[in-house]
This record gives sequence, C-alpha cells and structure tokens, in this order.
Amino acid sequence: MEYAIEMLNIRKEFPGIVANDNITIQLKKGEIHALLGENGAGKSTLMNVLFGLYQPEKGNIRVKGKNVKITNPNIANDLGIGMVHQHFMLVEPFTVTQNIVLGKEPTNKYGKIDITKARKEIQELSDRYGLKVDPDSKISDISVGMQQRVEILKTLYRGAEVLIFDEPTAVLTPQEISELMEIMRSLIKEGKSIILITHKLKEIMEVCDRCTVIRKGKGIGTVNVSETNAIELASLMVGREVNFKTEKKVAQPRNNVLEIKNLYVKDNRKVDLVKGLDLDVKAGEIVGIAGVDGNGQSELIEAITGLAKTSSGSIKINKKEISNLSPRKITESGIGHIPQDRHKYGLVLDYSVGENIVLQTYYKKPYSKAKVLNYKEVFRKAEKIVEEYDVRTPSVYTKARALSGGNQQKAIIGREVDRSPDLLIAAQPTRGLDVGAIEFIHKKLIEERDKGRAILLISFELDEIMNVSDRIAVMFDGKIVATLKPEETNEQELGLLMAGSRVKAGGVNNDF
Amino acid sequence: MTSNKKMFGILVPIISVLLGLIAGAIIMLSSGHNPIKGYAALWNGAFGDSYTLGETIRRTTPLILTGLAVAFAFKTGLFNIGAEGQVIVGWLAAVWVGLVIDAPMIIHLPLAVLAGIIAGGIWGFLPGLLKAKIGVHEVIVTIMMNYIALYSTNEIIRSVLTDQKTTSETIPQTASLASAWLQSLTFYSRLHYGILIALLAAFIMWFIIERTTYGYELKAVGFNQHASNYSGMNVSKNIILSMVIAGAFAGLAGAMEGLGTYGNISVMSGYTNLGFDGIAVALLGSNNAFGVVLAAILFGALKEGAGEMPTAAGVPTELVDIIIALIIFFVASSYMIRWAILRFKKEEN
Repeated sequence: MEYAIEMLNIRKEFPGIVANDNITIQLKKGEIHALLGENGAGKSTLMNVLFGLYQPEKGNIRVKGKNVKITNPNIANDLGIGMVHQHFMLVEPFTVTQNIVLGKEPTNKYGKIDITKARKEIQELSDRYGLKVDPDSKISDISVGMQQRVEILKTLYRGAEVLIFDEPTAVLTPQEISELMEIMRSLIKEGKSIILITHKLKEIMEVCDRCTVIRKGKGIGTVNVSETNAIELASLMVGREVNFKTEKKVAQPRNNVLEIKNLYVKDNRKVDLVKGLDLDVKAGEIVGIAGVDGNGQSELIEAITGLAKTSSGSIKINKKEISNLSPRKITESGIGHIPQDRHKYGLVLDYSVGENIVLQTYYKKPYSKAKVLNYKEVFRKAEKIVEEYDVRTPSVYTKARALSGGNQQKAIIGREVDRSPDLLIAAQPTRGLDVGAIEFIHKKLIEERDKGRAILLISFELDEIMNVSDRIAVMFDGKIVATLKPEETNEQELGLLMAGSRVKAGGVNNDF
Repeated sequence: MTSNKKMFGILVPIISVLLGLIAGAIIMLSSGHNPIKGYAALWNGAFGDSYTLGETIRRTTPLILTGLAVAFAFKTGLFNIGAEGQVIVGWLAAVWVGLVIDAPMIIHLPLAVLAGIIAGGIWGFLPGLLKAKIGVHEVIVTIMMNYIALYSTNEIIRSVLTDQKTTSETIPQTASLASAWLQSLTFYSRLHYGILIALLAAFIMWFIIERTTYGYELKAVGFNQHASNYSGMNVSKNIILSMVIAGAFAGLAGAMEGLGTYGNISVMSGYTNLGFDGIAVALLGSNNAFGVVLAAILFGALKEGAGEMPTAAGVPTELVDIIIALIIFFVASSYMIRWAILRFKKEEN
C-alpha cells in the first residue's frame, strides 16, 4: 500500500510541555483522513511540523514512501502539500484570479503578468472540481463559502496533491457545509488526498474514510470510519463516555421575563435588519433562535443588550422598558450576555483571567471601594469561578489571551451566570469548541433554566438548537417567522423555514 | 509568560542604553575624540559636584512630568503628541496667576500650580473630545494644538503680560517654587521643590493606573474598546479623561519651569522640546511610572552633562543628541534585542 504522506512517531516538545508525543498518521492516496482531537490536543502543532514551521525532536516524515526533511513551508509546497487555512489569507480588494496567482504569477517573456493565461487555468481548475468560482469577482464581493473555495483553488493552482483542511466548516452555513463535502469528494475522485482537521464528529462520519485520534498530545490510534460511530469517536477523543443527548427535564415556564414587541433595528448602514420582531422568553425556559447568519440575529442581541440603538418598538425586562438604555443600566436590570465574538466583546485579552472575571462588576463592592480596587477580592472571586466552571488556566493571574477558546468561553460563562441574571443571552456559546466543552456549557444552560432563569440561545448549529431549546423561534429576514417545539419538528422543516418558506397548517409550503 | 515579559520590559531599555552609549563611543573614536575622556566629562557635567547634581535634578523634573503625560495617555491607547503644547499653556497659566494674584504663599503657590494643571488639562481635553465624539485622530489634533499653544502664548506675553516685551516680569516669592535651602545645598543651582511634585505625580499615576477603577477602565478601553463598551464602560468618557489627565501632567511640567526654574515666561522662538522629549522618556520607561522616573533621570543627566563635553573633552554637545536618538532607536527596534536575548537563552540550553 502506498501512502501519500506518513508522519511516523512524531515528537515535538516546547519548554515545559510535550505538544506531540509519539504520534503517527498515515494518509493513503485517495482517502479523506480525519485528524480528530479536542482544542489544544496538538493537531495544529502536528500540521505545523508537516509544514516545516516546527522541527520535530523525534520521528520522520515520508512522502510517497521517501524520507523527507521539511524545514520550511516552501518545501512542503514543492512536495505537493497544500493547506486550506481556517482564517483565510486573501487580499480583499483583489479579484479571485489575482489572489490565486499571488506569489506565483505567470509572466510573459517581457516579465508582464499574464493574467489571461492565469484566468483560463483557474477557470479550468474550477470547472474540473465543480467549484463554481468566478475568476473575476472581487474577494470582498463573494460569500465566505466562496472565499474558502478560492483558498482551495490556491492550493490546487500550486499543484497540491495533498490538501489539508483546518476546521473548514467553522465559518460555513449548513448548506455551504454540504457543498464543501461534495467538493471534497470530487477532489478525491480526481486523485487528491485530504487530511481534515476537525472536532465535529458528524462531518467525520459523513465524509471520511479513516480517522486518527489524538488526545492531550498523544496518538490514540487510527480507526476505519465505517467500523465506528460518533459516540465511540467522541469517547476516544475526550477519554471518557460522552453524552450527546443533553439530559433535561420538561421545562416549567412561568412569567414572561423578556418581552419584545414590534422591534425595528437598523445596522450601521442605516438599513433595517430587524423588522417588526415579536418575541418573549419566560422564566424557566430556553428559547432557541434558529436562522441563517445575517438575518438580524446579531442586531437583535445588540439591541437587547444596549450595544445598538433601536429605531422603534419595545423591549421589556420584567415589565420594565429597557430599549436604548446604556449597556450598564441594561446589565444591571438583570441581563447576562455571553457574546457571539468572545475575543471582540467577551474578554479584554490582555487582562488577566481575574481581571476579566470582574469585567461587569469591578465597580461594585467588594471588588472596589471608593473607586479603589481590591485585587485580593478580585482574585479570590476569580479562583472560585475558575474552580466552579472548570476553567483550565495556569493561574488567575494568567492573561486571558493565553487560554484555549473553550476555557476562555467557560470563564465568560462563569462571569455571566454567576451574577444570577434573570435573562441570560447566549449567542453561539459553543462556537469552535470541542465536545467536552460543549457538553459542559449545555449542562450549565439547562441548570440555569431549572433555577428559573429565562434563557435566549442564538445558534447557527441546528443540532444545538434542537438539543437544548424548549421552544424554537425561527428567524428570517428580521422577523420571527415560526415558533415550534423541538419534539414536533425536524431539521428539514427548520432548514426550509430558515430559508424563508412559510408554514401552513401541518406542514411546510415550498411556494415562497 | 508574564515573568518573561517583565524581564523584557526591564532588559530591553537597559540594553538599549548600553548600545546607545557604545555607539556614541564609536562615533567619538571615529571623529578623533577620546571616548573615555568624553564620557568622563559627561559624568562630571551631570554628577561631578553638588551644583551639577542640582541642575541635573532640575532638568529631570519636567521630563518626569512630560514622560508621565505621554505614558498615561498611552495606557488608554492614545498617542499624546501634544505634551509640548500642554507644557507651554501650563507654563503661561502658572506664571500669569503668579503675576496677577496677590495672596499669601499658602494660597498663591497652590493656585498657580493648579492653573498650570488646568490649562494643560484643557489642552488635553479638546483633542480627547474630538477623538471621542467624532473620531478625529488625536495625533493630528495634538500636533495642531502645539502650534496654537506656541503662537498664542507668544502673543499673550507680548500684548497682555507685557507691553511688547519678550519676557514677563518675575513672579513674586509667594508663587515661587524656588528654595533658598535647596539652592544653598547645591551651590546655587536652580534646583527647586518641583522634583517632589514630579515624584508625587509619578506615584499618583501609578496609583490611578494600577489601583483604581478609573485605571482599570482606562486600560480596558486602551486594550479593547468593544469589550469595554460591552461591560458598560463609557468609552468616550474614558478617552476624554485620559487625555485630560495626560494634559494635566504636562501642564504641571510647564508650571515647574515657570514657577521653579525661570520664575517668568519668555517669548519662544520654537518649542521647548520638553514635550517631545517626554515621548522618548515614556518609550524608554516602558510607559510605566517608575520607568518614566528612571528614564527622565537618564535624559536629564545626559542633557546636563553634555554641557561639560566641549570644554573638558572637545566633544561637541550634539553628540549627546545622537546618543539619545540611538537609545530611542534601539528601544524602538527592541524586536532585535528580544531576538538576541532569546537566541542567547536557547544556546545556553
């Protein structure tokens, strides 16, 4: 059996930690091979070794059976290894063609860039793999899914035989994800080989042939996907039994905590994005908002939390009008907010974990008195939250920047939940997190619900919405178009509603 | 991680200073001077006797304050190029109050100092307001404010404080920071009580930044405005507050010159450079109150000692400006020094 790439017994150490300990991964020609592991398990380190960014202490790399030494990314490229990065590396004002040839521009004999030739080549590649990319579009004008295809084309244009996808679905909508799966299959048909770095088990089950699991830097083993299931993979990844179906009792909804009537919100271009929205959330229930990104969800949350102004309509918390109050007044009226973008809004990354824990309460006793901070109390509180919410950090004095995404998120959740708000808004609380962290966060949300809090969950992951919500509100074009019970609906129906189809009694009408 | 950063915070400035001095020695050698003699003259010029020591401290005083003015704003992510103008208006306001008010010292002196603080504060408030409310970049506005300060101050000296003269009258004893005791101690240097005020100001900056909720908010806004807004802080208010306090420090520096060193104010043909040197002091002092004090002492000593170099060693005083420039160059390119340190450490392992 010929392997496209073999990484054998790789060991990579950093001062104080072993990032990769004896990991072996063998990629067969023409297969899609998953590399599965939690955040911080060592997936990125391993790929950086393959790309020559790090030199391994032990182990060797073989390409097509030959030992190679990869000391920089250019060598990896020459060996036909290409990477589709999670964060795209594209020049926004340039066209697709210009981006793809960047750094490898074809020139005519006078040294002028031959863009027509490049354009033709790219069109051919695009057609061959069914990418449907328009070579003349500007990057800033095309969707995120298209941008990702440009990244794929970039590697193909450079002659990649092996493509590595780093968490490719994190930024995509459900439709774009299934299209990407198709593209990966057609790449395989044309003789390419793929390593898919992910922690989403569903994707592995759907598209991969084999799966190598790593846990805490150690290689756990490689399994054939056809001989396993998601539950087994999950327990291999985290090293214990994982519960997929979130356990919860039937909700006991009580009085309305949040009441929104006929709300209108404009975005910064003065376009209405929330258009006459009505919604209420009761104490003791979780309302999940399902919808494709860009249908006004972000504006809705910003309006509730005071980060954006509303143009008309009313938002009430416990019967008190809060629209257009300052964020602090709104927070104090009983709202906790787990923001969608934890780096932009949720944390001051250059502050310590402790300082971030009091981000909403630093001006109150006992954390400060007469405007003088009491750091002893601040860090004592932080110790408590870190312990209670299982935030894995070297200490509460460590900068938030140094924590993994999951632990940053747990710190935010700890901070927001600990204030016991009447309404907890969780915007994509598990985005980019691994199974263990997701399970923990879902459990916490349900715990809070059972304590009688109202919870508003916004997520683009239908699984999450179906699993956690007691009531699902589908948002489309700035309005709630349907409210359903999760046990009375399915992903298909939700998917259609999210795409704008209207519900008729007992079913879905497609004539929209 | 953090200890590493602290180590760099201290090591980088020290190594930069050493490299700057070494480069200065090479320049002296290559231009036919004796660097040992040159630096000996520099040392004697700065610390050689009680008089030069007094003058060195006197020179250090406003540099501490302008250094704080730049460092404080920087903590909120603002670049205060306007310390220069804030010094000038602070100087003018302090001398003005010193001249027109008649009161016993216990009222007069604090009032004159306060006038300098307020004037500087106003000069910081305007760029802060423009930045916070309509997003005009503070660098542009503060540069312009420097010109406004310089030329309007000159005009006020000519037309209001005097009758078309170039120097105001000397302030009365009741508004003066000069100290007969300190002067006699340092062989009649111009050393005055201002150094105590400057050190107190450094302590105040440290306290505000590191210990109060104001400092917590100011730094948070500097690091991440979105998260600050999310957590209910008033971002605009903090930007303005930061610039006002920064301006107040620089205004205080002007008051030190007006009430301590000179006792008057003269028409200026150009900038005092105290504010611009403050940028260098803040940079070398890693924007930290204690670091600013040390950096100001170094710059004060270099500038004072430079006067001795032409007579004792035949080295032109401009050499000191070159050394200062090189030190700043090395701090600014600290990446190279970091890299070298890490490289060294690696080889040890």
